[in-house]
Amino acid sequence: MTTPQATSPQRLDMAEVRQRLSERTGPAYWRGLEELAETPEFTELLDREFPRFATEWHEGVSRRNFIKLMGASLALAGVTGCARQPEDHIVSYVRQPEWVVPGEPLFFASTFPMGGYGEGVVVESHTGRPTKIEGNPEHPSSLGGTSAIAQASVLTLYDPDRAQEVLRDGDPTSWDAFATLFRNELEGHEETDGAGLRLLTGPVTSPTMAAQIQRMLERFPETKWHQYDPAGNTNAHAGARIAFGEDVSVHYDIAAADVILSLDGDFLASGLGCVRHARDFASKRTLDNAEANTMNRLYVAESSPCLTGATADHRLAVKAADIANIARAVAARFGVDVDSAGADRAEELYGPWINAASADLEAHGANALVIPGAAQPPVVHALAHAINMALGNTGTTVTYTDPVEAEPVDSFASLRELTEDLDAGSVETLVILGGNPAYTAPADLDFAENIEKAGTRIYMSLYADETAQHCNWLIPETHYLETWGDIRGHDGTVSLIQPMIAPLYENRSPHELLGLLAGDPAASPQEIVKAHWENEGVWDNFDRGWLEALSAGYIAGMEPSTKTVSLQNDLDPGAEEVSGDGLEIIFRADPNIRDGFYSNNGWLQELPKPLTKLTWDNAVLVSPATAEELDLATEDVVELSHDGRSLRAPVWVMPGHPHGSVTVHLGYGRERAGRVGDGAGFNAYALRTSAAPWHAAGATLEKTGQRYRLATTQIHHTLHDWSMQGRNLIMSAPIAAYLDSPDLFQDQAYDPQESVFDSGEFEYTGYAWGMTIDLNKCTGCNACVVACQAENNIPVVGKQEVINGREMHWIRVDRYYEGDVDDPEALHQPIPCMHCEKAPCEPVCPVHATVHGDEGLNEMVYNRCIGTRYCSNNCPYKVRRFNFLQYNDQETEQLKLQRNPNVTVRSRGVMEKCTYCVQRINKARIAAKREDRQIADGEIVMACEAACPAGAIVFGDINNEDARVAREKADPRNYGLLAHLNVRPRTTYLAKLKNPNPELETE
Amino acid sequence: MADANNHKQQPDNDGQDHLIGPGHDIRSIDDSIGGIVLEQRHPASWLFAFAVGSALFMVFLTSTAYLILKGVGIWGINIPVAWGWAIINFVWWVGIGHAGTLISAILLLFHQDWRTSINRFAEAMTLFAVACASLFPLLHLGRPWLFYFIMPYPNTMGMWPQFRSPLAWDVFAVNTYATVSALFWYVGLVPDLATMRDRAKNRITQVACGIASLGWRGSARHWFRYEMAYLLLAGLATPLVVSVHSIVSYDFAVSLIPGWHTTVFPPYFVAGAVFSGFAMVMTLMIPIRKLYGLEDFITMRHINNMAKITLATGLIVAYGYSMEFFVGWYSGHEEEQFMLMNRVTGYYWYVFAALILCNVLTTQLLWFRSIRQNLVALFIISIIINIGMWLERYLIVITSLHADFLPSSWGTYHGTIWDWTLYIGTIGFFVVLLLVFIRFLPMISMFEMKHLHHKLQHKAKH
Repeated sequence: MTTPQATSPQRLDMAEVRQRLSERTGPAYWRGLEELAETPEFTELLDREFPRFATEWHEGVSRRNFIKLMGASLALAGVTGCARQPEDHIVSYVRQPEWVVPGEPLFFASTFPMGGYGEGVVVESHTGRPTKIEGNPEHPSSLGGTSAIAQASVLTLYDPDRAQEVLRDGDPTSWDAFATLFRNELEGHEETDGAGLRLLTGPVTSPTMAAQIQRMLERFPETKWHQYDPAGNTNAHAGARIAFGEDVSVHYDIAAADVILSLDGDFLASGLGCVRHARDFASKRTLDNAEANTMNRLYVAESSPCLTGATADHRLAVKAADIANIARAVAARFGVDVDSAGADRAEELYGPWINAASADLEAHGANALVIPGAAQPPVVHALAHAINMALGNTGTTVTYTDPVEAEPVDSFASLRELTEDLDAGSVETLVILGGNPAYTAPADLDFAENIEKAGTRIYMSLYADETAQHCNWLIPETHYLETWGDIRGHDGTVSLIQPMIAPLYENRSPHELLGLLAGDPAASPQEIVKAHWENEGVWDNFDRGWLEALSAGYIAGMEPSTKTVSLQNDLDPGAEEVSGDGLEIIFRADPNIRDGFYSNNGWLQELPKPLTKLTWDNAVLVSPATAEELDLATEDVVELSHDGRSLRAPVWVMPGHPHGSVTVHLGYGRERAGRVGDGAGFNAYALRTSAAPWHAAGATLEKTGQRYRLATTQIHHTLHDWSMQGRNLIMSAPIAAYLDSPDLFQDQAYDPQESVFDSGEFEYTGYAWGMTIDLNKCTGCNACVVACQAENNIPVVGKQEVINGREMHWIRVDRYYEGDVDDPEALHQPIPCMHCEKAPCEPVCPVHATVHGDEGLNEMVYNRCIGTRYCSNNCPYKVRRFNFLQYNDQETEQLKLQRNPNVTVRSRGVMEKCTYCVQRINKARIAAKREDRQIADGEIVMACEAACPAGAIVFGDINNEDARVAREKADPRNYGLLAHLNVRPRTTYLAKLKNPNPELETE
Repeated sequence: MADANNHKQQPDNDGQDHLIGPGHDIRSIDDSIGGIVLEQRHPASWLFAFAVGSALFMVFLTSTAYLILKGVGIWGINIPVAWGWAIINFVWWVGIGHAGTLISAILLLFHQDWRTSINRFAEAMTLFAVACASLFPLLHLGRPWLFYFIMPYPNTMGMWPQFRSPLAWDVFAVNTYATVSALFWYVGLVPDLATMRDRAKNRITQVACGIASLGWRGSARHWFRYEMAYLLLAGLATPLVVSVHSIVSYDFAVSLIPGWHTTVFPPYFVAGAVFSGFAMVMTLMIPIRKLYGLEDFITMRHINNMAKITLATGLIVAYGYSMEFFVGWYSGHEEEQFMLMNRVTGYYWYVFAALILCNVLTTQLLWFRSIRQNLVALFIISIIINIGMWLERYLIVITSLHADFLPSSWGTYHGTIWDWTLYIGTIGFFVVLLLVFIRFLPMISMFEMKHLHHKLQHKAKH
């Protein structure tokens, strides 16, 4: 190493740089450049060489341009490329490692973290670039399925707006410079036992991280560790504490439950373990034969319409404040001592419903289950636990364990305490690990302003976001695909995070920052995590055990132990006064971008939200009756006031929303999210208070007369447009009717007439690919949509293009409402290409750009397509998507890394659509041909099918009688959508069955 | 048409039913018509019209340049409405282009002498309308630079067009139509070009017309061959009048979309095309006749006959509308019935209302002779019909697509500024071509007028 370390900056010119670098070759060359780039002379050279950019060094976008320019100017291959193999495993293609075959992806188990909990995933990696997330079939939080957000998380890795370098007061510096200064500062804190030091994190389940924090607290006994999650499980912790007098995690086994009552819980589509829950729930919506009713029954009382409610056999839309009273009324029937005034109020309003649900629960005893919603106050949780105890379902549908989180706290109380300390000036050094609290904190705390009262403010985050604005130090955090770590699943399973790629920028793992705080010797994240588990002594042979755990993605047998709990008395502190004034305002995390963390993720922004099909914005959801009362229509801008604060927001009239309530979703109105998230929607945190973070009474709506354009993928001109227009698109029936006559659906189906012409039909003698989608299992969660987007290089088009009706999703989830607009039934139907045997798109293409394969695929030949769009016009399902403009980003380097190399990136003017993941079919075909065998059933898994948490999508060879898809097609519930057009769709649906309680049916 | 014959045989004395104004001889016909070109007797309004036309043509160039730069996404099209103004305009222009061939070929074969004074102009209009029309299918492509994929040409890909697609038929139909129309028009020009050559006083005109007239000397042999060629071309062109718009209608009728998938389309489209074509001839003829003082050649009898044909085809079109509703109801097809109700009462109800007003109600005024003789009224009615026929195509293309089978996919469509500019731009293109034609070629067939004059005089003597 001959890099000069001159003490005073001396002038350096380009020739000299080249000369210095030319002395090196290979890896040394790389190191040379990095080292050189950190010297003061080099920075000075850059300022001199590119004065236009020098001033813009701190601006994200221009700085990127600058780096590009610098790369080009220095003519150094590799500087612009952001993807590198992790340094531990540099792969040389000259002497190719046995396990790396160019063109063949590798799959690694890892864990997707969200809200402090992990979801086991398998990451597909192409020559060192993670491109696609799949579920980990062995991981209890996944069982092979994934959530839409996990699917989209890979895009965040390549987000060009991520924080890319250590910033001190906005000026770039280095991690080493930071570490040196911070070590010194911490030594200073040791004198006062860390009384002026505060750590703020999200919920922590990571054993390594917990141990590091523990060591930090040992080093600084006076230091306080705060945890804040704006949309976490605080109430669940508090509820368990009330019910059992101690911290307990409650786990539900949905697969064992025959009757479920959900008290405002969206356990199927959001929150902890939703992927697993959806899989378990689907297992109880399957009929092995059409003889006996083995289906479960779901009752949902909910305040803000969500997918679990849409899946329910009996849904009750009530104000959020009434849920507690319903819980009281049910609990009272099970002998729990409750505030009778509250119970009576619920009885009065919803007596028959509560009666029927309670009786059903009681009848199923240990196989019944009550699930409280995470957003409901602790008392609802406590009462639900009491009902479960009374049902005697411990060990069957409910299990209690030691808490999964290292230290469950009340988020809002914890943040309030920190704010008070900041305000009192007792915080000298504040370390914030992610979470963007300046944005997500409730409005009453004024947290953003208070941050600045601390002396040194260190913020580690993926983004230079709102919080970074208030801190002196920004340490770019590693994405989970870039680093080592561990985390627990929803049931406590210890899951391992492996890096798929070296950090793209100067990112650091939280473990490294915590290592500084704990006073540990400097170590890489891998060393830190590995050392933790080596110390734990889990395996006799650590190296072997560790490798096995890494390849599985989790460490078996490390779950928190099962607990025997005993119910406390006096669970109910009394019903809250329900004030008659104003509207109830309900706060919920956004279904797609959650608390705002995924704001800058284009896939999630453009993903039509469940039920509303809204993209790129949030809205004030109001019921049709409330809208009528206040003379409001969708897209009207209102002044929404609550507790002395107000904001302007557009209205969305939401069928099935309870009257007198409005729902606002968090996560929007970001100012420093990045190019995608900035300016989308309104910031609902501005109305949220720490005292009533989930719902509160007394909000008012005032019409302003302004209008705001919302982008939705299913448009409505009138309320009637929400329905199927009397068309038999989604077949459904009560299970009793189906068991009576299993041919019910076949009788409604179209019976093709004999043609008088010689049809000259092609016979599919080889493989005949087909798909079934079980509408009885589908919850409408959107995982398939994002999975398809990630797999097939589907571009994001932006809000205006969605308004223009040009979204590109190859599979979409249609939503219809049937029945009364005040309490309609919401139905979902995923629509990929139907791959019609008599595809109407094919004969109308003048250039043979869409043709039929001999295995029944309707194929698109992009190169041949000249873009007449006739095929789309003639597609009765409207599944074809057209590149009206150049939608695929061909400029941003980072985004190129995400692309699936096996799928063409389509350019402007070309039609595209679902291909049945033809690249996956061909991959399996090559493998099978090499081994001279038939492709086995289940060998080809579509991206949508793989992601589906419920297992609703099945793909395979319909000529193979034993294939799952062939068996499903033989099911009496199987029907083709728009079959009367005689296009013979290869994708068919299994009709939806409802399992209503006969007692409530007669209403 | 029988009506027209009767008039010819029993000329009225009020002068309105003359095919040529009084007091003309063969020299004066040449002077009046050929003189416009040879002596450049153009009114100042020509220059004004040319300036406006050129400005609009610039709009066309700008719009096209931006289109090719950005892609068809600058228009209002979307999924489900993947065809918009481009296709509407294509059908509209092709429709307008129908009058020319109809007048030239069919009326020639039916010996309708009154066609003589309007056929040249109508043929030119046809050519230019087809030129405008053919721009749209080209420009509406996602990748217009690959348009030749649609042609059957030998290539290394071994690819042939898809002959099952009506779009491939379109290419042949429109190209054939354009070729035959151009030939027909040019052959008809040859004797007049020779007259121009003989009468021209400047050298350039003499040489240019000399070359273009292919050595015409007016010998009996020439006339014999000319008559034969013209008749054959007329015979060739006649089926084209029916075929082009039938095939254009297949673009819709062959699909399975409710509102498109209907057998009434070919005849109904042809009638609509003639309807709009005659309306356009009237729109153009009425002012030009006035400005160039051609009242003696394009007489009120011509105007009257054109108005009658417009009325007749308008009634066929109205019958087509009613049949669509009858068949929709009679089919018992749920989606078809929804589509028709949606047309009348749905999101685009105003298009339907305007269409009925323009094409059905307004046309009924032509029953009245007083209206048929009122040039101002006819001019306004012809413009209303032009608008109505554009709306008809809007109705067919947009309302059928915007709400088809799955309510989840329904959408709305609105043209953008770029849809407008391209449409208006092609009108500019059309106007420029037409004005250039008027400036450099005799807009009325001189020799046919002389022939007619002779024939009428001959008849009068008996």
